[in-house]
Amino acid sequence: MALKLDDNIFVSKLDFLANWVRKNSLWPMPFATACCGIELMASASSRYDLARFGSEAMRFTPRQCDVMIVAGRVAMKMVPVMQRIWLQMPEPKWCISMGACASTGGVFDTYSVVQGIDRFIPVDVYVPGCPPRPEQVIRAVLDLQEKIMKGGTIDGREFAKRTAYEGPGDRLGELDPSEVVIAPGNFATGKRLRGLPLVN
Amino acid sequence: MPLEAVASVDETGTDKEFLYTLNFGPQHPATHTTLRLILTLDGETIVKAQPDIGFLHSGFEKLGEDLDFNQYVTIVDRMNYVSPVANEIAWHHTIEKLMGLDITPRCKYIRTILAELARIGDHLLCVGAVALDLGGLTAFLYAFNERERIYDILENASGQRFHPSYTRVGGLINDVNDLFVSQVRAFVKSFPKAHGDVCRLLNKNKIFIDRTQGVGTLTREEAINRSCTGPVARASGVARDLRKDEPYLAYPELQSSFKIVCSNGGDCLARYLVRMGEMLESVNIIAAAIENLPSGPVNIGTDSKVVIPDKSATYRSIEGLIQHFELFMWNRRFETPVNEVYGANETANGELGFYVVSDGSAKAWRARTRPPSFIHFALFPHLIEGHQISDVPAVLGSLNIIAAELDR
Amino acid sequence: MSIEHATAIDAKFGAGSALPMEFRDNKRLTVPVEKIYGVLAFLQLQRGFDMLCDLAGIDYLGYADATDRYGIVYSLTNTTTGERLFVKTFVNDPDPEVPSVVDLWEGANWMERELYDMFGVKFQGHPDLRRILLPDEFTSHPLRKDYPMRGYGERHNFPTVTRAES
Repeated sequence: MALKLDDNIFVSKLDFLANWVRKNSLWPMPFATACCGIELMASASSRYDLARFGSEAMRFTPRQCDVMIVAGRVAMKMVPVMQRIWLQMPEPKWCISMGACASTGGVFDTYSVVQGIDRFIPVDVYVPGCPPRPEQVIRAVLDLQEKIMKGGTIDGREFAKRTAYEGPGDRLGELDPSEVVIAPGNFATGKRLRGLPLVN
Repeated sequence: MPLEAVASVDETGTDKEFLYTLNFGPQHPATHTTLRLILTLDGETIVKAQPDIGFLHSGFEKLGEDLDFNQYVTIVDRMNYVSPVANEIAWHHTIEKLMGLDITPRCKYIRTILAELARIGDHLLCVGAVALDLGGLTAFLYAFNERERIYDILENASGQRFHPSYTRVGGLINDVNDLFVSQVRAFVKSFPKAHGDVCRLLNKNKIFIDRTQGVGTLTREEAINRSCTGPVARASGVARDLRKDEPYLAYPELQSSFKIVCSNGGDCLARYLVRMGEMLESVNIIAAAIENLPSGPVNIGTDSKVVIPDKSATYRSIEGLIQHFELFMWNRRFETPVNEVYGANETANGELGFYVVSDGSAKAWRARTRPPSFIHFALFPHLIEGHQISDVPAVLGSLNIIAAELDR
Repeated sequence: MSIEHATAIDAKFGAGSALPMEFRDNKRLTVPVEKIYGVLAFLQLQRGFDMLCDLAGIDYLGYADATDRYGIVYSLTNTTTGERLFVKTFVNDPDPEVPSVVDLWEGANWMERELYDMFGVKFQGHPDLRRILLPDEFTSHPLRKDYPMRGYGERHNFPTVTRAES
């Protein structure tokens, strides 16, 4: 939203209108990797019917979506894919981290599973459960609607403040310092990201 | 019959300038899961397909060496997440074989019923997803409606609707109640109608048949040589089903209530029809098992030193308390023979086997999984080459690739 | 039953080529690695084991009484009779190598790639021996016993995207 307004102009009513419009047509981008994806399908199908809350229009292209639902664990190989899809979504956008694995790594505290996607992309709503019941998914959508209604602005000013890293602190704290080596497969400089611009 | 490929590719795939490369996945709706295909195309014809997997590799087998036999069941659950309870039954089947335990008749019957319910659920999702990818949303909704009933049964039995973690070494976490029996009876009664609805939607549907018949043909010899099992092999004419060939659980007593569903077609339509047929056979098994459900305990006796005593015994008797602690203290737990064993079950996707190496403790030294999805996905380049790009969802759906089992 | 196969193999490949063993219903033969390809081809062509059901790798580092480091277990199935046979062989560091059986069973292709990925055991004559599950730039073999379960911190080596810059 490239609407330029002076700081002394108050646009509360327009914000309200924009928020109200946005919150009732959140189109999810189902980034479904594992078990939670099946529960996401269950929440969209006959018994739970996510359409009642305006979120049934699942679009598999990130360009058409407002909210990315990361459903399931994210492995090492998948992180660059997830970041790229997040960067491809147009503003304003939100992210729901569905399930224990996406939020914290869950039961998979192993070498290849990322311990929470919030280390790598910003997350707005966390849903607990392994996997969460469809009711919890609906609750998360409602919570996100409430968040948009409370804090949203028409030009997305609330996002500009979030410049810092939002994930958990001390990212290598769980390993004993003697065990930490600079891994030969250094993915930050590895060949998958090298030469590719982050924004595309 | 597969079409003739009009051009060939060398190692790099780029010796012909008119060929182009299409990246399919890892985040693509038709894959349903996270897998990637690099397709080399001549127009719409696929000249070469290169699968790239591992996007969901989560170290299951490493975890299996870190958790004990009862704890690892929660991880096994998440392997084939479309039919979790079947994985648990296969895992504990192997562990009980390793330890030489013979579970009680009631436990065998309950496990059989749950395994067959899981098979129906898996086939329903597979069939529904194929229909969804080929343009028919309604069959998917019908299928999911039935899956919700299966979830209800599991939730009543175990407390969790999706990943029940219901089995334990030597039995189950708790017995089932009367509601379970009536729910299963109601399911047996209502399922054939829903099955008929899906059949009527798809079996004579011209679009569905045109897009599946003759697509992705696999001959019998190839199916054997490429290690196929389950519906994929049976659709190619391999009459092999572990429920008949190596009966386990209550299947020896239920042999008369089911048949093996086979086909000679070997194409996507045959795989679809085999799955539809198997669901009806599974309902017959469930109907026979629920009417013959034996009474008695679900766990083997506590003197075997492997089953977790129930809470009342733990709180009210000294023997129960001691055994509870013996099983939960990290340096005690149970003893196992120092040996290795392979146990396999017929799950919805094929033969799910575990090769367990034990070093005498309650943890596996190595918990190798034989994942049917992994072996079936290796077929994919063979099945798709020479076909059109729109056949990719049909072939992928008919193989029923579950990424968590594919990558583990 | 495993005795029969062992006798047949010994008759063809010399005494001591196959060591039979049984546990529960599993019949196992232990074959030295230099004879493994010949024995597997013999079992496929002469004894009717037409399906390679599974290929399991085991790292015996630290296992009680183990003399060799890597065990490889070929699970064979005869689809006509339903008989199963497990053929086991051992290889050792520093250069664990086994002949590939892809030309006998096409299904071995991905299983051998997975075993290479997880244990670093090389298969001579494999058409396309690359990593299959882990990224190409990964250097360890995670199912070896000397690799820690939580890894060496590889899972954190990614840049972070903050909200304002996305």
